[in-house]
Amino acid sequence: MSEGAATATPPSEATARSTSWYPRWYWPSFAAPASLFLLVFFLFPFYVVIAIAFGGVDAILQQPVPAWNPASWNTAVLGFSFSNISHTDGLYHAAFIRTFVFVGVATTLCLIVGYPFAYFLARHAGRWRGLFLVLFFAPFWISYMLRMLAWISLLQDDGLINRILIRLGILHTPYPWLAGKPLTLVFGLVYGYVPFMVLPLFATLDRIHPSQLEAGRDLGAGPNGTFWRVTFPQSTQGVLAGFVICALPMFGDYFTQQLLAPVTSTRMVGNAVIDSLTIPIFVPQGAALILILLVVLLPAIFYYLWSTQRAAAQVVTE
Amino acid sequence: MSALATAPPRPRLRDRIANPWGRPRFLWVIAIAYVVWILVPVVQAVIFSFNESRSITVWQGASLRWYLWDPDSSVLHDPALQQAITQTIKLAIFTAVIAVPLGVAFAIGLHRWRGGVARTSNFVMLFSFVTPELILAVALYLLFLHSFRVIGLGTSAELIGLIVLSLAYPVVIVRARLLSLGPSYEEAAQDLGASPARTVGRVTLPLLGPSIFASAAIVFALALDDFVVVNQLSRDATTQTVSMAIYGAARTAPTPAINAIGTIMLVTSTLVIAIAVVAYRRMERRRGADAAIPVPRARERA
Repeated sequence: MSEGAATATPPSEATARSTSWYPRWYWPSFAAPASLFLLVFFLFPFYVVIAIAFGGVDAILQQPVPAWNPASWNTAVLGFSFSNISHTDGLYHAAFIRTFVFVGVATTLCLIVGYPFAYFLARHAGRWRGLFLVLFFAPFWISYMLRMLAWISLLQDDGLINRILIRLGILHTPYPWLAGKPLTLVFGLVYGYVPFMVLPLFATLDRIHPSQLEAGRDLGAGPNGTFWRVTFPQSTQGVLAGFVICALPMFGDYFTQQLLAPVTSTRMVGNAVIDSLTIPIFVPQGAALILILLVVLLPAIFYYLWSTQRAAAQVVTE
Repeated sequence: MSALATAPPRPRLRDRIANPWGRPRFLWVIAIAYVVWILVPVVQAVIFSFNESRSITVWQGASLRWYLWDPDSSVLHDPALQQAITQTIKLAIFTAVIAVPLGVAFAIGLHRWRGGVARTSNFVMLFSFVTPELILAVALYLLFLHSFRVIGLGTSAELIGLIVLSLAYPVVIVRARLLSLGPSYEEAAQDLGASPARTVGRVTLPLLGPSIFASAAIVFALALDDFVVVNQLSRDATTQTVSMAIYGAARTAPTPAINAIGTIMLVTSTLVIAIAVVAYRRMERRRGADAAIPVPRARERA
């Protein structure tokens, strides 16, 4: 733990009293095990990804050869992957475009479905609030795979959905939901990720004090005006956080596609990554795709980190 | 006369959505529809685990065939399914046992430790929280395949992956608690002559009890249901988990036995969460009752 003591800097004034009483190595030593763990198993793996993406392939063993020394990095694979994304007839071009479209549409639908529900939870559930909260949180501990399995049986040709639609006269013959329809995939994404949208929306909507709504009313705003000029502007942080929390995992989703629409024409970036890992000579490309995906998502990640830090600072100063 | 006869104009649909005081029947409909949409498929999946026939779409009478009696593929007679359950629960327990102490200690340390290194650690921790799971899983997969070959793929790799995935949860939960507690308890302990170690052991940790407990339950449930990380880091059929078994079967030919194993996991995680909620409430109440301590602000609002 001596390296912790060497790196500890003088405490700020606010904590001067309590920190001066503790030995200098004391608090760093609490944080050291987890920090080391993250260094070895979170940061270092990214270096491995970089080394493989910038490495080569052993032609005889058909194995990727990581380039551990930055001096010997070779940008051929990264360039190859990049041109396959940017050119319209590239290997990964369609998958990238498709991913953005699917994620964009699905996240927007999550917002449209999730906002009214979060608003209801925060403001109108009344004495049923506890029950609705439990029901809302249930999907967080119900396995994603079980929930998708449920839809697979519901969407079969002789499944409940088709039977209901035929009974109602909307369909005459069963609709092949599971035969690689983008509609089904987007639907599955919305179903899978909408709780992640509701959560931050609920948190921000729940924080708005009723007195602010009353102020809006007293100042002459109608119900509509109060919603659009008092409630909604205060929830925009929740909307943005919801967008990010929903979209980030969706960009890495490959299993929903495999379960609900397992055809080439709905493949997403995640599928391209996973598939390239199964063939040894394609592994460097998989690593390159992961790096590109990470870089593409970095702005969203940083936005989210920045907004949570700001929210935490607000809570502290309140 | 006619003026009296005309009813007040019916509020427009938009007004009903927006009105924060009116009776939002419209919102009730949406909320109930949402809950039905989210949960009814799960209920259907549970019901079909009791189906007499092999079908997962046509109901042919109730039975425990897929739990107990089918000689080949019931949960009781299919060693692969049992092995998946054992592996999943084993991983979830070990993940909670390792990740929670690591995360709690990190939160306690970071609460007081200031400076560049502390800020960097904190940033990396939060970054691990928001990194898409696929990126994490692939990075660890490549790590164990091309660098840490001693560990290799398998149970240890799965466990490490799950710890990385869940480490930030106890940190976030416990730090929020520390912020709302404030420094007064620890200062009181110091004034009464407690050593640093005693202060943490006798004051800080007991005060954090409920939040530590809550994060353990969350980590356990998270590890129980994880798919992406475990699927990438598993070695072969012997390190397969339940979510992988469901995924594999769902892509090929699902039988109600898969619904049955899913139902078993559903009951397990629901029980864990329910026990956790009850115990959490009890701990909070006892704490509130036997100490005349001011209720922290964060709790008042919650």
